[in-house]
Amino acid sequence: MSEPTNWTIPGVRAALKAKKISARELAAEFYARIDRRNAELNAYLTLSPERAYQQADRVDAAIARGDELPPLAGVPVAIKDVISTQGIRTTCASKMLETYVPPYDATAVERLDAAGAVFLGKTNCDEFAMGGSNENSAYGPVRNPHAPDRVPGGSSGGSAAAVAAGLAVAALGTDTGGSIRQPGSFCGIPGLMPTYGRVSRYGLVAFASSLDKIGPFSATVADAAAVLSVIAGHDPNDSTSAPVPVANYTAESARPVKGMRIGVPEDYFGDGLDAEVREHVEAGIARLERLGCVRIPLRMMHTDYAIATYYILATAEASSNLARYDGVRYGLRVPGGTLTEMYRQTRERGFGPEVKCRIMLGTYALSAGYYDAYYLRAQRVRTLIARDFADAFEKVDAIITPTAPTPAFKLGEKTSDPLTMYLADIYTVTGSLAGVPGISVPCGQTNAGLPVGMQIFGPHFKEGSVLQVAHAFEQSRASSN
Amino acid sequence: MKISREDVLRVAELAHLGLSREEVETYRNQLDRILSYIDKLNELDITDVEPMAQVTYSAAAPGAGRDHPELRDDVLLPCTVAEPILASAPDAAKPFFRVPKVIDR
Repeated sequence: MSEPTNWTIPGVRAALKAKKISARELAAEFYARIDRRNAELNAYLTLSPERAYQQADRVDAAIARGDELPPLAGVPVAIKDVISTQGIRTTCASKMLETYVPPYDATAVERLDAAGAVFLGKTNCDEFAMGGSNENSAYGPVRNPHAPDRVPGGSSGGSAAAVAAGLAVAALGTDTGGSIRQPGSFCGIPGLMPTYGRVSRYGLVAFASSLDKIGPFSATVADAAAVLSVIAGHDPNDSTSAPVPVANYTAESARPVKGMRIGVPEDYFGDGLDAEVREHVEAGIARLERLGCVRIPLRMMHTDYAIATYYILATAEASSNLARYDGVRYGLRVPGGTLTEMYRQTRERGFGPEVKCRIMLGTYALSAGYYDAYYLRAQRVRTLIARDFADAFEKVDAIITPTAPTPAFKLGEKTSDPLTMYLADIYTVTGSLAGVPGISVPCGQTNAGLPVGMQIFGPHFKEGSVLQVAHAFEQSRASSN
Repeated sequence: MKISREDVLRVAELAHLGLSREEVETYRNQLDRILSYIDKLNELDITDVEPMAQVTYSAAAPGAGRDHPELRDDVLLPCTVAEPILASAPDAAKPFFRVPKVIDR
């Protein structure tokens, strides 16, 4: 992978303040990079230079006036294409919304805008965020910047690839069952899933409402903290966003980790874990111990039931949420003689195969006669999985696991059968169901040069602890390399 | 076999999804495999375990769920996006969305 100049958020700030570059020039530099790499990577679906240059000019005017700069002034960012952006096409990587232009910004997007960020464009993903490889996009797969014959992970594959390839300084992704953490792991960058309710979902196109979270990808853990500080907080437009005070994540992430108790659940290190991944994560844990963390062995007994639970609940919620695509109010309409024919033909043509599979699974699980056996049972098992986490956090401050059982796999390797793809979510869906925050942080590379990610979970609303461990780990790796 | 061709057709009808003949067989196979896997949830004893529908109340500060701070006051706010929404609709006749005739007279 060619290594472009690695911009970080503090780096952008310093360069702008010193007038080494203007926000407009920086945006132009990123568009030039995108121009060079995007045909190969397919990370961006839509570029938004008009809005980006407007935002950049606003920052440059503020600099010229000598104003105090907002926290993300001039920072070029990418936004996953399931998050609404006013005036910028938002497709959800689906034919259903090929020409849809939202009339408003999602709250997270509005907050980035107010913080001075520059929106380069919208990134590719699995259709409606359903997938773990980005191969379910209606607009073609994204390629992994480290190995173009491999997937970047999914569903937020475009956002992860964009940041990893230096085509954005930071990006928003969404995580329902691992869709930020797993592509972060595959692309070798930090990817943060906040606590459920920490970031408003207003304007996020719904997949599974009790599981969906918006979070950042970035080049460094400190940058993830900086973005989270901007996008977190209660929002009257999302009554599931939590009225919990927002911490100063940058300050919290800089705290030393000496004495922190890190739990290592043996249930995450069983069969199916790639030997090289295991080795790197174990070495990561040993590094944290050298930094003064105390390793505590754990059992999380219901881990093995998380995928079955997740795929019932997430598809049930999806089948309900995606009922809105009926050709009436927005998006694709395929005309039909009757209203029902119009619905049916619109949905047949508009949805891709994986989305249809999940809608059917969810519809089945919610249908008369099966509700108790599938949906209600899964909700009860979800309680058991959440209890595993609550019990663990009585004993530890953070939980360390691999992010994914393998490094990035080859394009086409797992597409023949959905279940094979689902099983790769084994280490991420647990935390998704419990609603706790988690980050994937790079912890090494395989002999073939593929990145490996280590996952760090923390208690609800303790993003600060998660970032603290991740930051100390990243700093320690950087200083010993 | 957990799921039949007829099950697939019934579910597709409930979900308003048109499916080709090949798709029916593909989805029957896929759903069958997935549902067989999901059977592992039957290994667990879930007697007296409450279902978990969401995380917000339990995750926020203790007691936060009881007085529902997540609920806002019931006040009217102007909707400023009606125009652009109608403008981008597949078939609109302001202030309505137009659809094929539903009721025969």
